Amino acid sequence: MSQSKPTTPTEVRQRAAVEDKRRRRKARAVPGRLRPKLLLGLYLLFVLLPIYWLMNMSFQSNTEILGGLTLWPDNFTLEHYTKIFTTEAWYMGYVNSITYVVMNMVISILVALPAAYAFSRYHFIGDKHLFFWLLTNLMAPPAVFLLPYFQLYYTVGLFDTHIAVALAHCLFNIPLAIWILEGFMSSVPKEIDETAFIDGYSFPRFFVRIFIPMIRSGIGVTLFFLFMFSWVELLLASTLTSTGAQPIASVMTSTSTASGIDWGTLAAAGLLTIVPGILVVYFVRNHIAKGFALGRT
Amino acid sequence: MNKVYDNKAWLLILPMLALVAFSAIIPLMTVVNYSVQDVFDANTRFFTGTEWFVQMLNDPALQSALLRQFAFSLTVLCIEVPLGIGIALLMPKKGWQASAVLILVTLPLLIPWNVVGSIWQIFTRGDIGLMGWGLRELGYEYNITRSAVDAWGTIIIMDVWHWTPLIALLCYSGLRSIPEAYYQAARIDRASRWAVFRFIQLPKLTNVLVIGVLLRFMHSFMIYAEPFVLTGGGPGSSTTFLSQSLTTMAIGQQDLGPSAAFSLIYFLIILLVSWVFYTAIMNMQKDKEGGA
Amino acid sequence: MAEITLRQLAHSYLPSPSGPEDYAIREMDHVWHQGGAYALLGPSGCGKSTLLNIISGLLEPSSGEVLFDGERVNSLPPEQRNIAQVFQFPVVYDTMTVFDNLAFPLRNTGMSETQIREKVLEVADVLELTPQLKRKAKNLTADEKQKVSMGRGLVREDVSAILFDEPLTVIDPQLKWKLRRKLKEIHRRFNITMVYVTHDQLEASTFADKIAVMYEGQVVQFGTPRELYERPAHTFVGYFIGSPGMNLLDVSVKDDQVRCGEVVVPVFPRVRDIIARSSSDNIRLGIRPDFVEVFETAQEDSLAVEVVNAQDLGTYSILTLALGDVTLKARIDEDQATPKGKAYIRFPQARLGVYIDEYRVETDHE
Repeated sequence: MSQSKPTTPTEVRQRAAVEDKRRRRKARAVPGRLRPKLLLGLYLLFVLLPIYWLMNMSFQSNTEILGGLTLWPDNFTLEHYTKIFTTEAWYMGYVNSITYVVMNMVISILVALPAAYAFSRYHFIGDKHLFFWLLTNLMAPPAVFLLPYFQLYYTVGLFDTHIAVALAHCLFNIPLAIWILEGFMSSVPKEIDETAFIDGYSFPRFFVRIFIPMIRSGIGVTLFFLFMFSWVELLLASTLTSTGAQPIASVMTSTSTASGIDWGTLAAAGLLTIVPGILVVYFVRNHIAKGFALGRT
Repeated sequence: MNKVYDNKAWLLILPMLALVAFSAIIPLMTVVNYSVQDVFDANTRFFTGTEWFVQMLNDPALQSALLRQFAFSLTVLCIEVPLGIGIALLMPKKGWQASAVLILVTLPLLIPWNVVGSIWQIFTRGDIGLMGWGLRELGYEYNITRSAVDAWGTIIIMDVWHWTPLIALLCYSGLRSIPEAYYQAARIDRASRWAVFRFIQLPKLTNVLVIGVLLRFMHSFMIYAEPFVLTGGGPGSSTTFLSQSLTTMAIGQQDLGPSAAFSLIYFLIILLVSWVFYTAIMNMQKDKEGGA
Repeated sequence: MAEITLRQLAHSYLPSPSGPEDYAIREMDHVWHQGGAYALLGPSGCGKSTLLNIISGLLEPSSGEVLFDGERVNSLPPEQRNIAQVFQFPVVYDTMTVFDNLAFPLRNTGMSETQIREKVLEVADVLELTPQLKRKAKNLTADEKQKVSMGRGLVREDVSAILFDEPLTVIDPQLKWKLRRKLKEIHRRFNITMVYVTHDQLEASTFADKIAVMYEGQVVQFGTPRELYERPAHTFVGYFIGSPGMNLLDVSVKDDQVRCGEVVVPVFPRVRDIIARSSSDNIRLGIRPDFVEVFETAQEDSLAVEVVNAQDLGTYSILTLALGDVTLKARIDEDQATPKGKAYIRFPQARLGVYIDEYRVETDHE
């Protein structure tokens, strides 16, 4: 049975030829690479259509919106945008949101960097439990913390300040940042640290000059996530503020009045909340593909 | 990686710990404190032990909210995970198209959650929304304020719209980390498209999928703003999920004791499910490594 | 089982290449005969892997033809060419067992399980993978993984050829030697055409019957290891093969004498004529360090040199010599005394090669 040389190469070749023809015929039946593109196109349509609709409405006057369905604005108007940019309550909503998001990003990354380094490089008493506990904070529903936060921040006099929201968002953003950064840091070989210390670098200098540049893309991705989760969160942000630091998300509820909903302004305000996200994702687009796996592939 | 045993590492942890303790431990203690007391006013309170917990666990409204919550989380996971993998496989890998598609796909993730609700509220209204209007034109009596089925369906579509990108991006980056040689070897071995997916791509996606499923489970289990804006929990209580029940109880009715007990139960359920899922996956991988 | 012919083959990764330097493969003709054991040798970036990927069908060449047994296969994808390729870094299907990994290419062709089993066990036996057959491929060591990768190529006995792309890079040195012998054994047993890409001349010469040396996208010489050593067809081959590489002296003819700088190098008259007739200003004489004769006293036709450095390598020494402004290497055996300061060298005329514009010119020694 075990011939060391195949005795029927022609037969084998014929079979392969038949097989090849069959394959090629099969390959032709599907119209090339068109189908994947079509499917992806359909999905993108699904993603964009609701956003397009929002944009469509934001450029229509309320009478036009309620007057009947139009696929694009017949009487293009910027009145809603003008209103948002000229009314202090409206534009301050954006300023407030951006303020606490940036504060939160800065705080989170500053404390998460050394902590993630500790987790990725050292064993210490209680390290595993601590890490697990941190992750459980990611799982805490904001609704659970609503009331205690309200009371806590009221007591310490931080209610209705930007820092209150920034600190509250630390609840889930710091653990998230540590988790992501730890993944990236662990993929940097430890020899780098050792070499630097032998070369006489002090820890802070090594950390800032050598280590942080090495995990640049990790930090970029982390900041992206921090932005994302702080920017989109509303429950805590609106509970911890009233008028002084009100986020845009809660200003938007003011479009709903006794006389009905101001659809146009709601749409315009909603569309404007998407803009910062687009800017952020545009800046990190080249890191996202690699970084989204959080250093864990 | 070989880690060094050094308790000085705690110094690096401290700033973080102080902050997280402030925003996690103190509030959590407050919750625990409330959950075992009946508070009338600042000076009058009684120790109630496990009474609130028992009451909450036996509350039919919460039980059905919990069931709805599980049904919802399970449904969206079952749709979003396969769909996300599919999208990731379809996304272009190079050139400007890759960047463009990447940005478009990420878009829904960066929209504030209540705005997501607003977008879908506008989109699905029968009078001014493209989808609501379109469905009616097609002859379907679509009405999310009356039909529980419509409301459910819409919330699920909204969640799929909102969160499938997360799974897709995780998988996309997982796929990108597969060296070209694997695909080349598969071609040489004459592997079918399915075999390439089954034996090369899927194994590389396991890690990111575990992360994705965990994140999706946690977030879908905490969902609040989107259904609140879209349906307000209705019709009836057909789309009232746990977070909404909780906020109504804590803020609306000021039932501090029961809502604190409820909070803890809620939190523990998420912890438990996540832990079970994670441990199960880890054990499965260990079994695999052990070999037959 | 096939004879692989490359006809006027060229490849560029650029869509519209403008000059020869834009080509990864410059126009070439080449034939790999059925059943041969070949090595493709060259430095990194010379186009070896590109050429291999063109043969296997992973790349479609920009121009020219790839023929398998005279049949044009240019646009056939690898799965239709019936070819096996082993890559530099091990590729295993992590979730499968070693057995399933080896069986995978066969299962894809729809072979019966009994036949598959037989083939897999045979190959596993040759590669000494039998004890690991039931283990998950994921948990193997790097060399075991690479053996599995090779095994997947070797199970397919009907393949046109097996291509190896530096397959032993990740393997430990002792095992390398063993695996190379295994490959040779397999080659003898199955009589399959094998092309082995490497940048290591030792690996190439122990594996292959004939070596193709690649340089800047071209095969500059195709011959047995001995031919490459004794009669390099291109200055690059002289430099790349052997350690240290060949000595190359820039020469010109002045006053009817071949000179290197001001030093007169004695050569056969017909060699001198060739050099004198050439219009090129890139003419060099090449001689291997081991062929340079070194004396302590002046001999007939010898040239005086300065000994710059002597490096003792155990059974032999390498001398660095200065001939005028030119530096030369010479190799002497351990029993010969190492000269100091001044020495005399002689180039045996039969060993002297003439290179015009980098290529060797046949001088027909008798």
